Amino acid sequence: MTSVNQLIGVSFAYVIFLFAIAFYAERAAALGRRGWLGSPLVYTLSLSIYCTAWTFYGAVGYAARSGMEFVTIYLGPSLVMIGWWWVLRKLVRIGRAQRVTSVADLISARYGKSNLLAIVVTIMAVVGVTPYIALQLQSVTLSLAIFSGPDGTNSFSQPGAAFWIAVGLAIFTVLFGTRNLNTNERHDGIVIAIAVEAGVKLVALIAVGVFVVWGIAGGIGPMMERIDTSPIGEWGVDPNRWVALTALSAAAFLCLPRMFQVLVVENQDERHLQIASWAFPLYLMLMSLFVVPIAVIGLDLMPAGSNPDLFVLTVPLAEGQIGLATLSYLGGFSSATSMVIVATLALATMVSNHIVMPVWLSVHGNGASVSGDVRNVIIFARRTSIMVIIGFGYLYYRLSGGGAALAAIGLISFVGVAQFLPAMLGGIFWRGATRTGALSGLIVGFIIWVYCSLLPSFGPGAILSLEIFENGPWGVSLLRPLALYGIEGMDATVHAMVWSLTLNTFAFIVISLLTFPDPLERLQGAQFVNVFNHSTQTRGWEATLATSEDLMIMSQRILGPTEAQNLFRVEARKQGMHGYLPEPTQAFLQNLERELSASVGAATAHAMISQLVGGASVSVQDLMAVADESAQILEYSNQLETKSDELARTARQLRDANDKLTALSVQKDAFLSQISHELRTPMTSIRSFAEILLDTEGLGKLEKTEYASIIHGETIRLTRLLDDLLDLSVLENGQVNLNVENGRLSKVLEKAILTAQAVAIRQLKVTRRHLDEAITLKTDLDRLNQVFINLITNAQKYCDADEPTLTVEVLLSDEIVSIVFADNGTPIPVSSRAVIFEKFARIEEAESGGAGLGLAICKEIMTRLGGDIRYVPNLSGNAFIVDLPR
Amino acid sequence: MSMPSTPSKFLEQSGYRQRRMMDALRLLPVLGLLLWLFPIFWPTGLNVSNNNDPVSTSSAVIYVFLVWGILILLSSILRWCLRHTLEQETTTDLDDMDVGKTGQ
Repeated sequence: MTSVNQLIGVSFAYVIFLFAIAFYAERAAALGRRGWLGSPLVYTLSLSIYCTAWTFYGAVGYAARSGMEFVTIYLGPSLVMIGWWWVLRKLVRIGRAQRVTSVADLISARYGKSNLLAIVVTIMAVVGVTPYIALQLQSVTLSLAIFSGPDGTNSFSQPGAAFWIAVGLAIFTVLFGTRNLNTNERHDGIVIAIAVEAGVKLVALIAVGVFVVWGIAGGIGPMMERIDTSPIGEWGVDPNRWVALTALSAAAFLCLPRMFQVLVVENQDERHLQIASWAFPLYLMLMSLFVVPIAVIGLDLMPAGSNPDLFVLTVPLAEGQIGLATLSYLGGFSSATSMVIVATLALATMVSNHIVMPVWLSVHGNGASVSGDVRNVIIFARRTSIMVIIGFGYLYYRLSGGGAALAAIGLISFVGVAQFLPAMLGGIFWRGATRTGALSGLIVGFIIWVYCSLLPSFGPGAILSLEIFENGPWGVSLLRPLALYGIEGMDATVHAMVWSLTLNTFAFIVISLLTFPDPLERLQGAQFVNVFNHSTQTRGWEATLATSEDLMIMSQRILGPTEAQNLFRVEARKQGMHGYLPEPTQAFLQNLERELSASVGAATAHAMISQLVGGASVSVQDLMAVADESAQILEYSNQLETKSDELARTARQLRDANDKLTALSVQKDAFLSQISHELRTPMTSIRSFAEILLDTEGLGKLEKTEYASIIHGETIRLTRLLDDLLDLSVLENGQVNLNVENGRLSKVLEKAILTAQAVAIRQLKVTRRHLDEAITLKTDLDRLNQVFINLITNAQKYCDADEPTLTVEVLLSDEIVSIVFADNGTPIPVSSRAVIFEKFARIEEAESGGAGLGLAICKEIMTRLGGDIRYVPNLSGNAFIVDLPR
Repeated sequence: MSMPSTPSKFLEQSGYRQRRMMDALRLLPVLGLLLWLFPIFWPTGLNVSNNNDPVSTSSAVIYVFLVWGILILLSSILRWCLRHTLEQETTTDLDDMDVGKTGQ
């Protein structure tokens, strides 16, 4: 039989091997030769710290006592991994996006970067996990004791061994766990060490299993027979425990600080998670494959009363397989040490970031602007935390006496950390979850856990008296720790889990519903819940007060000079500047806060930046301002829209005006040539006839009279043309004198029609309604008459119907008399309608020799008379409407 | 269950297949949960009043490990078939995040 000393020697060699591997990995990573270090295999194996010594040794013992129930501890995590898409994917994404350093940091960051919440979670984690560390120490010393022989004490003191193991683990963790400050950076040394250890423990357990099945039982068939004839040969699992333990292990898998460390914080690539989603269940399956056979053979071979927890060791030893037993010992040793290292690292990060640093910052007053290198403080805090936590574990081990109470701590610890679950899942899926709600849930769950699970685990009389166990505190039997509300007969673990988690969740939800989150909480909540649609960015800092120098000084203290300068230089370059100091833009401050939070946690980083920048980044006022701003923007855009509509209208009017002007200009040109022609024609004939009269001898009287009358006619035409032009000019210049008098409309119309028809070549049929015309007007009757004559003669000239008809109608309204002159000719073309009232306007085809001034004159007259003249296209022709005020 | 290698004119169909495989991936834990909850209905050795013989531990072991194996197999196959879809999602999102841009 191998001596304890030899075994200690093996352990030492193994530990030195681990140190070497870790050291090599750190070197390789530092040189940038990560290679296989960053492979999904390493990630998957690092997850195996879930399988602690408690599961390595304990699973067999568990199986020997309760059969298949042990497997629930593996089923929960398997389900979580297979369902990675639902929760883990989101957790990992949030962890990367927010640079989360621990489970406490996650919860604190989600609920408005609240440090109080972080402290509560940290304390709960320390209380829940420290006994678990003690359990690991115990398992290693127990296994050592097995090798020292049945009497066990000649050369070996268990507490002494535990002490030295604790010291060794502390050194390892300090050395490789605090090498760099940024917990978001991978601890390559540690990760590779635990990956190797994961391999060792799997190989060890499988080796023992293979030896048991094929070496002792003689194959699978005989093994199965032996299983069925063994004391655990019948299915005897309590359904409650089956369900509860599966759920519990799933919850613990997500919430255990060490699992969070390897799953989320150490994750470098989301694809690794996808691979691990099936590879890790495979690992768990292999780890539990031979548990039942080993338990059955152990029960069979070992003398009654031997500890089934150590069958993994004692069975090979009893068969004389020293090598196998040593391998098995190393497996257990690996399980214990890897768990302690990672759990301690995770807890130490939480303690230093959320308890030590805030206290230190507040003691040293001005937070960020303290002198000296803060990094040393943080690293010192973290190293101290590591030693304190391992020290706690050792102390707990010594105090509890290493008895059976410790063995039960595994599930108790699970229930403890599972209290984080409501706040965690609520935080990443429900935006309505508030800080107060999370805090209430955690505290309620924690109190019930301590009272119903942790304290009773020490047994009656240890902390809680027997009296309390049997009758409840102060004799209130409803409050008995193992039968809350008087519900008896429940399994203790199930009882504690159901009550604590139910009330925890209840408090969390109800208080969340009742309270109102502050703005930062709401923004963080939105960021967490909507992490996949990454358009929601927290509204950042208003960097009016912070100067780049201050930020630089602070960052150097936390990130180290090189890193900080790199960060600043990269940012400066991104902003297109030279040198080291970028503008403190919002984006940069956000980025900086994330970088800092990777070192000191979200709450502390937030506090430090806010001290420099002055005040929290998001206040209600800020939010109001944002809301106001958007309202203003909305209004402004409305105004712009209105204005642009207005502009469009104006532009349209201008375009119309331009068209009109162009048309007029064309017509004016046409008119000028026309009028010269018009003037010229009579002048020519006057001149010619005058010359004939002058020069030709012997003209007859008749001829002379004829020629003179032609000259006379032409002169009249010229005079009329000139009269019209003069008239228009007078009217336009406003020099006209109106001769206002009373008169009847019918008379004016009568006169106009008579006058017009007296000179007409064609007869126009005029239809009137005399009754309507019997109204008295007070206006310049002569001018009105002129307008009427003009309209009637126009109709005579231009109406091209076979039987030209003009209908004169009078319409009366309160203020206006409208006289409608509607003919049945061809309507004026649309293109000409706009200009018919303009001077010089003539309808092109018209060849009737008018100068195109008539309607312009009418328009001017009507304007002078305070009325108007309009053109309306009629169904059967044209209509001009003359409006007069009454 | 073959993965169309090129996104040719059957893009529609392959997209559909991918989506359904995504569904399967999401539902896998539910299947696992149901299958592993099933043992609570087994007759146990604890209540002897039951006429049925309790399930033997060897069958229980075989059942639990069989379910495990099936889940692992399905999970790995689905993940393999969906690797392009998942990859795309991961990389595009992460690029965006690491630089700390304000999203697209």
